[in-house]
Amino acid sequence: MTIALPAARASRPYRLDLSWPILILFAAILCVLIILPMFWLLYYSLVDRTGAFTLANFKTLIVDPIFVEPMITTLILAVSSSIICCAVAAPMSWLVARTDMPLRRTVRALVTASFVTPPFLGAIAWELLAAPNSGLLNKAYRAVTGAPQDAHLFDIYTLGGLIFVISCYTFPYVFVLLANALDRIPGDLEDASSILGGRTWTTARRVTIPLALPALVAGALVAFLQAMTLFGSPAILAIPAGFHTMTTKIWSLFNYPPKPELAAAASVPLLVLTVLLLRAEQLVLGRRSYSVIGGKQGDPRLIRLGAMRWAALFFVLVVLLCPVFLPYGALINAAFSPVATSFVSFDTFTLHNIRFVFFDLSATKLAVKNTLVLGAAAATIGTLMALVIAYLTSRRAIAGYRTLGFLATAPVAIPGIVLGVGLFLSYARPPFVLYGTLWILLLAFVTIALPAAYQQLQSAFRFVHTDLEDASRILGATRLRTLRDITAPLLRTSVIATWCFIFVGVIRELSAAIMLFTSETKVISVLIFDLNESGDLGAISVLGLIMLAITFAVVVAVNRIPGFSEARLRNA
Amino acid sequence: MKPPTISRRELLQASGAAAASNLLASVASSAPPASTVTPQLIEAAKKEGKIVYYTSIDLPVAERIAKAFEATYPDVAVRVERTGAERVFQRIGQEYASGIHAVDVVNSSDAAHFIAWKRDGLLEPYVPEDVAKYYPDEHKDPDGMFASFRVWLCVIGYNTTMVQAAEAPKSYADLLAPKWLGKIVKAHPGYSGTIMTATYQMARDLGWEFFEKLARQKVMQVQSSADPPKKLALGERAVMADGNEYNMFIEKEKGTRVEIVYAAEGSPLIVGPNGLFKSAPNPNAARLFQSFCFSPEAQQLCIDAGGLRSLHPQAKEKPGRKPFGEIKKMKDDPASVEKMSGEIKAHYSRIFGV
Repeated sequence: MTIALPAARASRPYRLDLSWPILILFAAILCVLIILPMFWLLYYSLVDRTGAFTLANFKTLIVDPIFVEPMITTLILAVSSSIICCAVAAPMSWLVARTDMPLRRTVRALVTASFVTPPFLGAIAWELLAAPNSGLLNKAYRAVTGAPQDAHLFDIYTLGGLIFVISCYTFPYVFVLLANALDRIPGDLEDASSILGGRTWTTARRVTIPLALPALVAGALVAFLQAMTLFGSPAILAIPAGFHTMTTKIWSLFNYPPKPELAAAASVPLLVLTVLLLRAEQLVLGRRSYSVIGGKQGDPRLIRLGAMRWAALFFVLVVLLCPVFLPYGALINAAFSPVATSFVSFDTFTLHNIRFVFFDLSATKLAVKNTLVLGAAAATIGTLMALVIAYLTSRRAIAGYRTLGFLATAPVAIPGIVLGVGLFLSYARPPFVLYGTLWILLLAFVTIALPAAYQQLQSAFRFVHTDLEDASRILGATRLRTLRDITAPLLRTSVIATWCFIFVGVIRELSAAIMLFTSETKVISVLIFDLNESGDLGAISVLGLIMLAITFAVVVAVNRIPGFSEARLRNA
Repeated sequence: MKPPTISRRELLQASGAAAASNLLASVASSAPPASTVTPQLIEAAKKEGKIVYYTSIDLPVAERIAKAFEATYPDVAVRVERTGAERVFQRIGQEYASGIHAVDVVNSSDAAHFIAWKRDGLLEPYVPEDVAKYYPDEHKDPDGMFASFRVWLCVIGYNTTMVQAAEAPKSYADLLAPKWLGKIVKAHPGYSGTIMTATYQMARDLGWEFFEKLARQKVMQVQSSADPPKKLALGERAVMADGNEYNMFIEKEKGTRVEIVYAAEGSPLIVGPNGLFKSAPNPNAARLFQSFCFSPEAQQLCIDAGGLRSLHPQAKEKPGRKPFGEIKKMKDDPASVEKMSGEIKAHYSRIFGV
């Protein structure tokens, strides 16, 4: 590759290299983002009302049944969801990555769709579908079988229903991890097995599955974490059924009269468990990279399924009914129906809900504006920070790069609601009152987005050879100038993808936002949650569809960037 | 929690949001003189251009009132900030603790909140002309801090396609019959001021044992008192143990197959006052809005479109609805609710699990 260079300047004056100030600045920002809220969280968990040291908060947590029961429920929920996600995602990702099943690309796109669907919106859609009496599926069941009025096939307001809905929007995490792993397994190894006489199934059993197993375990852990820390779905489905999970319990402790000390203490187990599980995931994934390195990478071989192809496709489409087709259908139906859970017809079709949301609901405009502003700001700041940190760490540009990399990945261990509690405790009182402004939400969203953004950009940096940067440096450019003129343009695609990824993530965020919003800083997700509490399902459907439209517009835009392979979003 | 004794019930003769204040305050009123809507006020409100209304009234009704105000004063936009009364109270508390003064006018379905806000010195005295002229004393604060904007009842209801009229419950005691197992929906006192107020009155008159037995009926627990009528309308549950009378009127008059039951034991009386905040960011628009809210036109709109009851003598009850005077009511007692709300929430959570 040749690069056009500007004519060399006659003199090369000393220019200030900003790397050290940058390191200090970014380390300081990361400390403010992560360490301050966690400090206040721990502090509050260890004091009583008067500020004196106590362990009483933790004792209450262990002794009082109003905390013990949600903890047990949360564990059951997380374990079951994790198992279900693996059981569904494993065959699906294998079919998509390693077989000649038709429509594989479409299936990947549909999994992406379930991936970007806000879980709380999915939960509301499933209320429309599977509430025991009014749910569309139960109505259809009664209409078909002539079953009596109070008979039902599904009841979404149960622990089982909650596990099902959470699994619907968590299995994509496992799918992505597994599909990526299966994509990367070298065909040569499987070829070797075939040449040595192994049949298709022997090869799968002896080679492919063992190589994919670490990814599966990692996926199980990620699913466990997701299910454990999710707020929206349990708030929507568990409370009507009369039980709490840890996240809804923490949130309820902020209802009047607020008990921030107990909320802080209840957040600590979630935090500790997340840290431990992520450490376990690292250990597991570390082994995988060892096992697939080496040798020339051959393209993965596709297994011919023969007539089974169509059965496989049928299975995959049935699975995708649950997170995508049925809920989206229910939302569209509710948006245009006078009664949210009646099938819309030509006679009953109404634009009432659309009119209500766009013209009557005075909170719509502000919420949409806040969401877009926060999405754009968090995406821009998050991408810039991730870019600089990924550069510093991948090029080992400065001495403290390891610390910086660690800090940038650390927020992954902080569940959204825990971060929300921490930020609230840090910034709701003087001297730093950010509560009530968009800034506190921005802090939350940037912090939440940073780890994934950092990891994406760091892997992107590996594809840019250092020679180009070295050349620039030799010609006298500072690191920052090199970054701007050489590295950044080469990373354009990844940067845009990261930006969009953060943007989409911000739009669907609820668990931190629910702790931090005020009337002036409401976002769409919180507005939807508010409307759910007063049962305005038609308005929710319209707002939810707006949210999905924005999300898909962004996802489609990313996929249209020249040179962008789908792999980027899959890495998320 | 110990149920309050009967003597306390008899002790409190006065009714309405201002009952407690009436008892405590001296006879002499320190309320400011009645304020009329002057061109100067309208002009000043126009300059501010907006008003933020924190309310617990069901969202479509609240937006109707807001739109009616905007139609009268096109240069002042209303932003309705609607959530359950207990959340409104928590939000304002949280916001004020952080020095955020966003609310102009507040309406709460838990009249006890006004006792707390008044005690904390957060409210601004302002008496609209209609309040001074027409409103009964027990429905306006003697110091002019708030007045009863709306009144309604917390009622039982059922879906008429799922339950025959003869089969329907007639009383709270009827709700405990085994046939209603798994068929009841009810709202939450930790979210809804209506339900907080009603839970107090029912626990006082029926005892907490009633709720303990009701919890065994596997009720569907929703949040807002506006939601049980909507769940009946969807056909999601056959019976509601509590919920807004006004949402039931709205549903019924839309043609939805639901019916109201005024419990034999009496229906909890709910009073929703309106008040201005001292640190309101739009003080003039707030006054204009407050005056509008108590005008005969707005009160009539509350009745006709909102299904509410009004204390304005010029507002007429809508034909077809059971007249307010003919209904047996439980007595409201905001002062006691104010004292016991924490206890009520905790006790309720233990009984119902959420």
